[in-house]
Amino acid sequence: MTFDLFVLPFFLGLLFLLAVLFIKYSRWIAMMSGPDRVKAGMALFSVGMLKTMWEVFLESLLHRKMFKRNPLLGYMHMSFALGWFLLIVMGNLESRVYSGGHINPPYYPIFLKFFIHDKRVLPFEIFTLPGFFRFTMDLILLFVLSGLVLAIFKRTRSRWFGMKRATKHNKLDKWAITSLWLIFPMRLLAESFTAGLYKGGGFITNSLGSIFDAVLPLQYLAYPAWWAYSTMLGVFFVTLPWSRFMHIPTEVMLIYLRNAGIKQGKYPGSFAELELRACPRCGVCIDVCQMNDAGLNGSTAVYFIRALRENRAEVQLNSNCMMCGRCLEACPVGIDTLGLRVGARSVDNIMVASDFSYLLPQPSVKRKADVVYFAGCMGHLTPGVKNAMQKIFKNAGVNYNFIDKDGSICCGRPLKLAGLKDAASKLTDENTLKILETRADLLVTSCPICYKIFSDDYKLKGMQVMHHSVYIDKLVTEGLLTLQPSALRAVYHDPCELGRGSGIYLEPRNVLKQIAEVAEVAEHGVNSLCCGGSIGELGMNSTQRNTIRDGALKMLCEPQPDVLVTACPLCKKTFDSGNQVAVKDIAEMVAESMTINRQPVNNKELVEA
Amino acid sequence: MEKKARQFGYTITRDRQIDYDANKHDISKIVAAAEPSLNLCISCGTCSATCSAALFTDFSLRHVILLLRRGETSGLAKEVAKCMLCGKCQLVCPRNVSTRNLIIQISKAVIPAQL
Amino acid sequence: MPKHVIVIGAGPAGLETSANLAKLGIAVTLVEKEESTGGHVKQWHALFPALLPGTEALDAIRKGMPENVRVQNKTTVTGIEAVNNYFTVSGHNGWQEKADAIVFATGFQLFDARRKEEYGYGIYENVITSADLEEMFATGKSLVNRHGNKPERIGFVHCVGSRDEKVNNLHCSKVCCITAVKQAIEVKQMLPEAEVFCFYMDLRMFGRHYEELYKEAQEKYNIQFIRGRLSESAEDQDGNIVLKVEDTLLGKPLRIKAGLLVLMVGMEPLAGTKSLADKLGLTKVPDGFIQPADEVLQSNFTELPGVFVAGACSGPKSVSDTLADARSAALAVAGFLKL
Ligand SMILES: Cc1cc2nc3c(=O)[nH]c(=O)nc-3n(C[C@H](O)[C@H](O)[C@H](O)COP(=O)(O)OP(=O)(O)OC[C@H]3O[C@@H](n4cnc5c(N)ncnc54)[C@H](O)[C@@H]3O)c2cc1C
Ligand code: SF4
Ligand code: SF4
Ligand code: SF4
Ligand code: SF4
Ligand code: SF4
Repeated sequence: MTFDLFVLPFFLGLLFLLAVLFIKYSRWIAMMSGPDRVKAGMALFSVGMLKTMWEVFLESLLHRKMFKRNPLLGYMHMSFALGWFLLIVMGNLESRVYSGGHINPPYYPIFLKFFIHDKRVLPFEIFTLPGFFRFTMDLILLFVLSGLVLAIFKRTRSRWFGMKRATKHNKLDKWAITSLWLIFPMRLLAESFTAGLYKGGGFITNSLGSIFDAVLPLQYLAYPAWWAYSTMLGVFFVTLPWSRFMHIPTEVMLIYLRNAGIKQGKYPGSFAELELRACPRCGVCIDVCQMNDAGLNGSTAVYFIRALRENRAEVQLNSNCMMCGRCLEACPVGIDTLGLRVGARSVDNIMVASDFSYLLPQPSVKRKADVVYFAGCMGHLTPGVKNAMQKIFKNAGVNYNFIDKDGSICCGRPLKLAGLKDAASKLTDENTLKILETRADLLVTSCPICYKIFSDDYKLKGMQVMHHSVYIDKLVTEGLLTLQPSALRAVYHDPCELGRGSGIYLEPRNVLKQIAEVAEVAEHGVNSLCCGGSIGELGMNSTQRNTIRDGALKMLCEPQPDVLVTACPLCKKTFDSGNQVAVKDIAEMVAESMTINRQPVNNKELVEA
Repeated sequence: MEKKARQFGYTITRDRQIDYDANKHDISKIVAAAEPSLNLCISCGTCSATCSAALFTDFSLRHVILLLRRGETSGLAKEVAKCMLCGKCQLVCPRNVSTRNLIIQISKAVIPAQL
Repeated sequence: MPKHVIVIGAGPAGLETSANLAKLGIAVTLVEKEESTGGHVKQWHALFPALLPGTEALDAIRKGMPENVRVQNKTTVTGIEAVNNYFTVSGHNGWQEKADAIVFATGFQLFDARRKEEYGYGIYENVITSADLEEMFATGKSLVNRHGNKPERIGFVHCVGSRDEKVNNLHCSKVCCITAVKQAIEVKQMLPEAEVFCFYMDLRMFGRHYEELYKEAQEKYNIQFIRGRLSESAEDQDGNIVLKVEDTLLGKPLRIKAGLLVLMVGMEPLAGTKSLADKLGLTKVPDGFIQPADEVLQSNFTELPGVFVAGACSGPKSVSDTLADARSAALAVAGFLKL
């Protein structure tokens, strides 16, 4: 029988880990809603499963998204994940060479070189099956160790990996990572010592073994080395479920459930629990977060997620976040950092009552127009924007209806971002009725915040929703507006809710390029900075917000533009208050540079009686 | 006090006054701890002028803040429930009061007290 | 060697400081970026509280200006350097001189009302500023709005660009409350039929005869004062301005139309002053206004020996306060030069 006492730390650790995982996952599955559980069950037998497996391979093993961020970082993560995975798979195959295909105890392949002492037969051993495995296994171990070297380097040279700040880990994580880091050097030592004693091993373990044999009393060292190797494995397994390495099994689960179409519900449930644990605390989200500028490093996604997982989340932590989505964009695991924050707020604010019973039925709109224009709450504080839009409608001869001319009901997105979903849907319903009554074909809004919730949550049957930048682009393309170029140098700022939130980057640029020379700044498009004015943020004070604003303005003003152009009333007001550069909305730029039609269509917009 | 007044002097309708001494001031302290900008309000009324909810109902954040600071908290839960959190007030406040968080914090502080 | 002092800025503060220094026998160079002296007061048709015409006030200040004041006009001071025990001051046009002491009398800049977009300046034609209104008064023509009509109702909005952290100006500009009262009266004198409203947060009538002018505005002119700050304005089809304020004393939102809306723009620290102060190494310029060494006891001194302040560059002041400050600055300089 192949057994030795030293396998126990590993073996018991593994059993413990499996038991804990079983309990934890069963609990989360039990917490899932009925329909979700059915969805999850069905997905197991669907074609989607292939997609899931492919995604697991790409993301959990190859770390494709990490590679995209920084090749060195990607390689480091891949060498650990893929390397270890290959060690297990190949080790298993290798063990079968010796045991003749029997089912082996799980420790057998892991500690194979302890039990089997094949002598190395040079020079042709690579062409023998055992020799091939010995070679390959050494090669894979080298691959993992190269990752380890990088990981150690990253401690002091995180900039090489595209990161300014690395995650500050807690005690348990330090235990886990120390054991993890020691596993592979220990394996190398144990295998080399044994190889040295028995003149076996692959091209690395054999050579190392001979060197060690010459200088060290290997007969005393080999056995303790195997103990150390097994112990490191054991420690790692025992700490894993409470450390960041819980992400290894959980990320796989998450990918699976996500592909099964499961989403976070009204309050955080098991899906959120899984997301929390799928975060490896890689820290990619730290640098991208502008809360650093405001001295709120501790509120960045990674720390928020850790606190939530450890039940240490506080209101302040949950409130601090501009919901800008930069972390979401950067996260290699695709964790819904924003959804988690909203979820945490929904719990914090569970006692916050809303009562909109004062909203009486609104009078119906009598005149049918083709387009309904909704400036949005914020739009009323930027009269320049709504005026420009009215000029544009008139000049393009559009039959439109300005429904919130005298003010309106809020779109509901601010409530939703504060975690008050029920209250939000009350407003959503009211607005939907009002908007549908106009019987228009198209709803145009000037506010990206409204736009986001109109397109995400509103059920506007048969009505298209457009942000005004997209609408203007359409008018220009259709020849209803003619723009005159100017000598202005402009920088376009992508508002969070319009860019990352809604994927609209091109249209405003299309339009602006016809008016001004557009200079792109370092952080634009998906990487655009938040203005700091965010409606999603609840906890910051004005000084912190101003710091964030000024940081963004500094970056945006680098090309020394004559005008900073944006497409959101909130961004506009926020940047304006920074008093660094002239700030204009894309609609204002257009209204100032369009050729006025000589025969204006008489479509004086109807004010409802 | 009350009794004495009745025995010797006039009967005063207490409801007419803000009885600052009798009022409890713990809620305003809780709110100020959670959102310190409460204390910065100068009652200018810009928030209530721009307020989206005030288009439909008699809600004034300026008024709510004053009531809170005088310890007149009995009707506040009903008042703040009217807010849509639209954020217009925050955008106009000359004293940079974090109005939205203030409203949430008032709501959280008064509801347990009023249950 | 006779002592030489450079005074930067020829508004009331610079003129008065220079005249008094010269009377004490000091050679003065008064540097002014514009063609003529007088500063902002050139733009004011009549000065509160007694409605003294601005030109008259300036003439009085300029009158009897001693010969040993040399005015270096059309020169914007862009550089100052402290070298041993003198200063080298240079202008944008290459002008350069040395001095034993310098006096900052650079004044203030008017708040750009377009920065309060929600008030509609530059967007709605019938929204103007207090400075625009002074200009209209100065033309002597009858008061009409941009649509050529006599406005039936005129609104004055206090604290535009002052006491407003949204535009980074926490300070009170001191003079705009009384200016609003003064202008309201002048408007009423021109258009007795019109209704005039002032929208304020606090009425700061701190000076001698200010309260009297306020009372006169009520008594003689029936000007109405509403305690509420404007949140935003809109325009109706006829070009009237629709105001949104809360009548805070009644606790109700108030909607009111006005044919003309006047924004009482405040005083802001001048951007150039801050950069000059930086070049010189003055650290105490907290909000852009130069901080005197001590606000109570040494209002004309700065943290640097030989560098003095006079007038509105150290904070909002009325003309009379500016003149008093300027005279005291002259004495402070003389004391420093040990005369
Ligand atoms: C709307 C309004 C109405 C007012 N009405 C009244 C009133 O009725 N009565 C009253 O008592 N007060 C009034 N005031 C206040 C009055 O304008 C000030 O008290 C006065 O202008 C302050 O004078 P000053 O010399 O300090 O500054 P300013 O008048 O600002 O003069 C500064 C001078 O310095 C020059 N300068 C600045 N920088 C440089 C540089 N780098 N190089 C060279 N030159 C430079 C400027 O060109 C300017 O000529 C009013 C203010 C406002 C805003
Ligand atoms: S949230 Fe995403 S980016 Fe941030 S630490 Fe976790 S996995 Fe990395
Ligand atoms: S959403 Fe923006 S502010 Fe919030 S944690 Fe992510 S990057 Fe930071
Ligand atoms: S706008 Fe700000 S300062 Fe003014 S009443 Fe409202 S909260 Fe108070
Ligand atoms: S957030 Fe609430 S209080 Fe503020 S303006 Fe909107 S509805 Fe009114
Ligand atoms: S003087 Fe009056 S109007 Fe001017 S800033 Fe002060 S309070 Fe406001």
